[in-house]
Amino acid sequence: MSKIKSLADLKKLSGELKSKIDLREKGDNPESIVQIKVGMATSGIASGAKEIFNYFAEELPKRSIDAVVAQTGDMGYCYAEPTIEVKLPGQDPIVFGYVDIKKADEIIEKYIKNGELVEGIIPQNYETID
Amino acid sequence: MHLLVCAGTGCRASAGETIIENFKKELEEKNLAGEVQVVPTGCFGFCEKGPIVKVMPDNTFYTQVTPDDVKEIIDEHIIKGRKVERLLYKDPKKEEHVSDSKHMGFYKKQIRIALRNCGFINPENIEEYIARDGYSALGKCLTELTPGQVIDEIKKSGLRGRGGGGFPTGLKWEFCAKNDADQKYVVCNADEGDPGAFMDRSILEGDPHAVLEAMAICGYSTKASIGLIYIRAEYPLAIERLKTAIKQAREYGMLGKDIFGTGFDFDIEMRYGAGAFVCGEETALIHSMEGERGEPTVKPPFPAESGYKGKPTNVNNVETFANIPVIINKGAEWFASIGTEKSKGTKVFALAGKINNVGLIEVPMGITLREVIFEIGGGIKDGKKFKAVQTGGPSGGCLTEEHLDTPIDFDTLMAAGSMMGSGGMIVMDEDDCMVSVAKFYLEFTVEESCGKCAPCRIGNKRLHEILGKITKGNGTKEDLDLLVNMCNVIKDTSLCGLGQTSPNPILSTIKNFYSEYLAHVEDKKCPAGACKDLMQYVIEADNCVGCTACARVCPVGAISGERKQAHIIDTATCIKCGACIEKCKFNAIFIK
Ligand SMILES: Cc1cc2nc3c(=O)[nH]c(=O)nc-3n(C[C@H](O)[C@H](O)[C@H](O)COP(=O)(O)O)c2cc1C
Ligand code: SF4
Ligand code: SF4
Repeated sequence: MSKIKSLADLKKLSGELKSKIDLREKGDNPESIVQIKVGMATSGIASGAKEIFNYFAEELPKRSIDAVVAQTGDMGYCYAEPTIEVKLPGQDPIVFGYVDIKKADEIIEKYIKNGELVEGIIPQNYETID
Repeated sequence: MHLLVCAGTGCRASAGETIIENFKKELEEKNLAGEVQVVPTGCFGFCEKGPIVKVMPDNTFYTQVTPDDVKEIIDEHIIKGRKVERLLYKDPKKEEHVSDSKHMGFYKKQIRIALRNCGFINPENIEEYIARDGYSALGKCLTELTPGQVIDEIKKSGLRGRGGGGFPTGLKWEFCAKNDADQKYVVCNADEGDPGAFMDRSILEGDPHAVLEAMAICGYSTKASIGLIYIRAEYPLAIERLKTAIKQAREYGMLGKDIFGTGFDFDIEMRYGAGAFVCGEETALIHSMEGERGEPTVKPPFPAESGYKGKPTNVNNVETFANIPVIINKGAEWFASIGTEKSKGTKVFALAGKINNVGLIEVPMGITLREVIFEIGGGIKDGKKFKAVQTGGPSGGCLTEEHLDTPIDFDTLMAAGSMMGSGGMIVMDEDDCMVSVAKFYLEFTVEESCGKCAPCRIGNKRLHEILGKITKGNGTKEDLDLLVNMCNVIKDTSLCGLGQTSPNPILSTIKNFYSEYLAHVEDKKCPAGACKDLMQYVIEADNCVGCTACARVCPVGAISGERKQAHIIDTATCIKCGACIEKCKFNAIFIK
């Protein structure tokens, strides 16, 4: 490591290093970013939840969306698996059922990017699923 | 994914290190080492339930993790995405598992400024500190602000010293800056030695760079080029982490010559103390660093005028320093918006005693004791009744039920007869005897008095003896008056803060629990049932069925009685071991 010679140097380094702890920052400030939870209990995994999880985890950074994708247990909607919950900043979470890759793409493009609702929403009356 | 594992002193003692190793090994075997990063961090504060493992980004908070649990966490949580229920924190009130730290009462009311990086970054890696805007406050000071402007900013923030005295930090820096000299020093007081206190140690272990950065800022403001950290040799982990941090800071050019290309030179050295409480007093600390006896001397001259080697020296506490970079980065106004009118910002407390959540907390000034004890602390252990809380360590006092709703800050605690001190907070329940509590603290001061002045050396010993007499049932009402008189004399005539505050635990307990003292001297009873010498074991004849179980277990043969007849305990022979009470199946034996 060569010495940091100026404040600009430090800022540059700090910016580069930020991504290393990004995951933790986001976990600590979940309110300010998009949160996606993928139901991954046994039944969810069997129905392809893992693929959906990976898809979101890969696609969101590619499309420059600040988000944290987490796995969660059974959401109680086994009939509609795979299910995911999406929470946009400052909004109530919404649960989508029967999510496949095509649906996931639609959710990213329409709901997450523009706030447009897409089909497949499961009505719910609880606060959050954790 | 990141796995944050506490590697503070507390958790390391309970296998934190093996947990880290096991995680690494297991991830290696499962080919997950690339995806999941294991990060040893500083203390999460929730020591009651340590060792702690936090999984990010989902913020899952596992408590009391053992090395054997590692495999399950990886197999279940990391691979299958199912939280390991049995390791989740259980809300003692609701008997429910709480999956993430955001929802734990323990963290809800906390604001973490001094502890901002503890439990979040790897303290042995300067890059993680830099990623959290580390050293940018120093950069800002050196390139954008004059020393005077930095001092003004600290003054405006309202920051007061966290080492106990509560002296305004900006003002202290200004005094030191004003005194011209060819060499000045910045000293970090890391001598923390109150019983039960571990906030400074945790900051040094969890975020050492914050202290280094603040010392350099202080050096720039006061025109000092050398920093000294005075730390107890008995804190090996903190020392190790500081050494690593200093080395890395030099490599990155954050310490040494021409920092940020501005021509400012500053470097830091370590000095080790032998662990005498009085060496935390700033004049004694300076003498100890000079190789002299660690005894206090009269102020003035203050260290800002004539300190280490007779040169102007600025002494601040670890936690005071830890606040500085945040104040520079976020601004004095932001800092001053937290807290009360005269006490700004937050305070770190070490919660201990009869409380559900023992640990390290950081709360805004002005929070009430009730919020701290019942919301963050989770209330009193085993559903017992709250009796008192001791703040300020051996210099502080006991506060009671009536103070529960007082907002906590430097001045309100003082007005209530206690002290902020360094931030120890020991909670007591109905089983604690207040005379014994006072005696415990006096034992500590008698042990730690340096002996330089008579009131402290001899007076505290006398106080301790009188308290001993009272707890043995040999005290009189006159002893209580004598106690109060002696306390006042010792306070007025001792040279340093140790002697000046050592009577506080007695004065505050006499004031708040006078009837308990009276019960000891007049009725020869200890209402809390804690003073062994005042206890009497008696058998309630109505309940006794004469089974002889107690008589057989009594080691000194103090119990007699015919089979199937009520038994009696001979109190003169009884040694109060309590063996009989445990044996009696009929609830016939009582302590009176
Ligand atoms: C007996 C005694 C022990 C002390 N121990 C400590 C200590 O362990 N750590 C500390 O920071 N200050 C301690 N102090 C207070 C220091 O003298 C000094 O006021 C403090 O380090 C100044 O820093 P601050 O203004 O940042 O609080 C002690 C004072 C006395 C009288
Ligand atoms: S008050 Fe006690 S500790 Fe302080 S100088 Fe006097 S004897 Fe030493
Ligand atoms: S054990 Fe209890 S019931 Fe039995 S003799 Fe002793 S006091 Fe009486």
